[in-house]
Amino acid sequence: MSSDYEFSDDDNEYYDGMDMDDDEDVEEQDDDSGISEEEMDIELARGGLTSAGKRKACEVDFDTVTQDAVEALIRRDVEHISSIFGVSEDVASLLLRHMEWNKERLIEKYMDTPTEISVKAGVTVTPPRPPSPPPSGRLASIRSKSSALVAKRTTRRSAAESASRSKVVTEPLVQPETTICQICFDDEQSEMNALSCGHKFCVDCWAAFIRGKIREEGEINIRCMASECSLIAPDSFIRTVLSGDDDTIKRHQELIVRHYVSCNKNLKFCPYPGCTYTVSCPSAASKSALTTIVPTVHCGASENHIFCFGCSIDADHRPVICPVAKLWLKKCQDDSETANWIKSNTKECSKCQSTIEKNGGCNHMTCKKCKYEFCWVCMGPWSEHGTSWYNCNRYDESSGVEARDAQARSRASLERYLHYYNRWANHEQSAKLSVDLYAKTEKKMEEMQITSNLTWIEVQFAKKAVDEVFKCRMTLKWTYAMAYYLEKGNQKELFEDNQRDLERAVEDLSELLESPIEAENIPKLRQQITDKTVYVHKRNEIMLEDTAQGFLEGRWKWNVDVEGF
Amino acid sequence: MSSISVRRLQKELREINKDCPQGIKLVKADDFETWYLTLEVLGESLYKGETFMLKFRFDAQYPISSPSVTFVADDKHQPPLHSHVYSNGHICANILGDGWSPVLSVSAVCISLQSMLASSRKKERPEGNDRYVQYAPDDPKKSRFVYEGMHLILDFQELYFADLTPYTVHFLDDRIWEVS
Repeated sequence: MSSDYEFSDDDNEYYDGMDMDDDEDVEEQDDDSGISEEEMDIELARGGLTSAGKRKACEVDFDTVTQDAVEALIRRDVEHISSIFGVSEDVASLLLRHMEWNKERLIEKYMDTPTEISVKAGVTVTPPRPPSPPPSGRLASIRSKSSALVAKRTTRRSAAESASRSKVVTEPLVQPETTICQICFDDEQSEMNALSCGHKFCVDCWAAFIRGKIREEGEINIRCMASECSLIAPDSFIRTVLSGDDDTIKRHQELIVRHYVSCNKNLKFCPYPGCTYTVSCPSAASKSALTTIVPTVHCGASENHIFCFGCSIDADHRPVICPVAKLWLKKCQDDSETANWIKSNTKECSKCQSTIEKNGGCNHMTCKKCKYEFCWVCMGPWSEHGTSWYNCNRYDESSGVEARDAQARSRASLERYLHYYNRWANHEQSAKLSVDLYAKTEKKMEEMQITSNLTWIEVQFAKKAVDEVFKCRMTLKWTYAMAYYLEKGNQKELFEDNQRDLERAVEDLSELLESPIEAENIPKLRQQITDKTVYVHKRNEIMLEDTAQGFLEGRWKWNVDVEGF
Repeated sequence: MSSISVRRLQKELREINKDCPQGIKLVKADDFETWYLTLEVLGESLYKGETFMLKFRFDAQYPISSPSVTFVADDKHQPPLHSHVYSNGHICANILGDGWSPVLSVSAVCISLQSMLASSRKKERPEGNDRYVQYAPDDPKKSRFVYEGMHLILDFQELYFADLTPYTVHFLDDRIWEVS
């Protein structure tokens, strides 16, 4: 598929003139060397937009496409096929739909077996006529190979000849004598219509049928109403039958656009409800590309329509790549609650490591699996207890200590998982709570306007800070998923250093946002929050950028098999 | 009740009364919403001598939309033991779902079911009958059966993202149905 879409990227023009020096060595700023609000805006804007000149590793190139633009692409393909094959645009559209809009494959197949494809695509019924005489040699050379199926029945036929055949069958094959519609039996109904198969039905029945198929079933290919007739209604027929019902025609058009988009790997429909935009991101089209980039994109309708081009796990799961994020989510769904429960309610048999839940009062345990007898309290073998276990005076017995050590080791992996899971879940929870924080902040902003002489514009810094906190918490959340799967080593330590720095900064900023407002400290607080927001933003950028760079350089090693690695 | 379905059913009623296909008998057709017919399998078959009761329910969109057809399962009647007929009388047959065409009729459906039974080689219930019967909606049209040779790939998350109406999908061995 070609990807030469033309779209405006007017968002980017404005920031092109800005000073784009990317100073990555951020030092924690002193409180008095603060930056102005204006600078903060620029800093924040720089992070949010892709500069035409320099692209960050943590961002992908993408374009947004309107529905009209996709329709134009569809029209272009249809016209192209229609002119090559010499068929009507209706036929070309049906053929393309059948071949899932793969023009190259359609051309190849159509040159090979035009009749077979036409029948399969519902363009024509199986030709009832005997084979026609061979056409002129000039046209016959177009045909590369002759398929066994067609060759059996016909002599060599050119593509052009069979193209004219499909034009021929647009006239009805059968002329039914009856003029009464076989569906509604309404004898007042005189206006009949049929596809090229000649199955005539009244216009009202056709309209009801097509409307139902489009509206209720979301069907783009609508077959003839006759039983076992596989002819598909071409677009012009649908438009004629539904004339006046523009909504349904529009819906059909929309369904075709969706079909086109879903068949094209470079395109994805914006998943936000009611949105009709499409995003084109050729660099993330292949599965293998998803192991080195995280294609977070947004559509042209809104900057907030953010989604991942590669998966539907989370709108923005940077910095971790799709396959690892998927692995993590799957683990969480299966494990986290169970793991928590196991951790708090069970112990392992010190001999066979089976997990045992104590469901009775007695501490004399007998493993159901290996029949090992031990004490639930000290984990030592029961034989050392004799009958005097009530004091459990064997607690320091060496075998008991060993058993507990073994227990601790086997618990380590569970502990490790829970460590990452709890932090992951905590950031998710905090991010969810930021809605409340938002409301609180808004109230504070009003308060500030009243208690100090700040204008509405001047108190916007608080809102920006909340936005930033939310964004960073999403990043932090996914860094824990990533860290869980990262192999131990220097690289992981560097990753965790970045993570720690970002986390600390985010917590500081969160705290500042929660701090009480007193009239005399507003200017100071404002400066602090503004500074911290910029700092947090930079830390987030570093986190994302370094991880993305690491993917490109192949720096990250996983402790599990990651699909595609 | 739209006049199309009434007119169409009137016409079908006339034809059935005049020239009923062999082995099929109209039992009750007091209105244009629910009809009852009995069905016998002709010739040599596993169901020789058995009579089954069929219940047709029509909505206002009939015949554009398919009728809802079940075998009656009560004290007097039992649905046939067949690998496409569940014990609650629901039938997994292509022509009652995707394969429905508005030119088909009550008698055409009966004839199809007759031949479905006639070609049966083994008397058995579909796999997972009990689970289906437990969860099945009252109207079999709300169950989407997957017919032999059809493949259905479902990615739940993508469906969710595509903002489609949420529904539960029950998996059952090699047959899948969804309940909306």
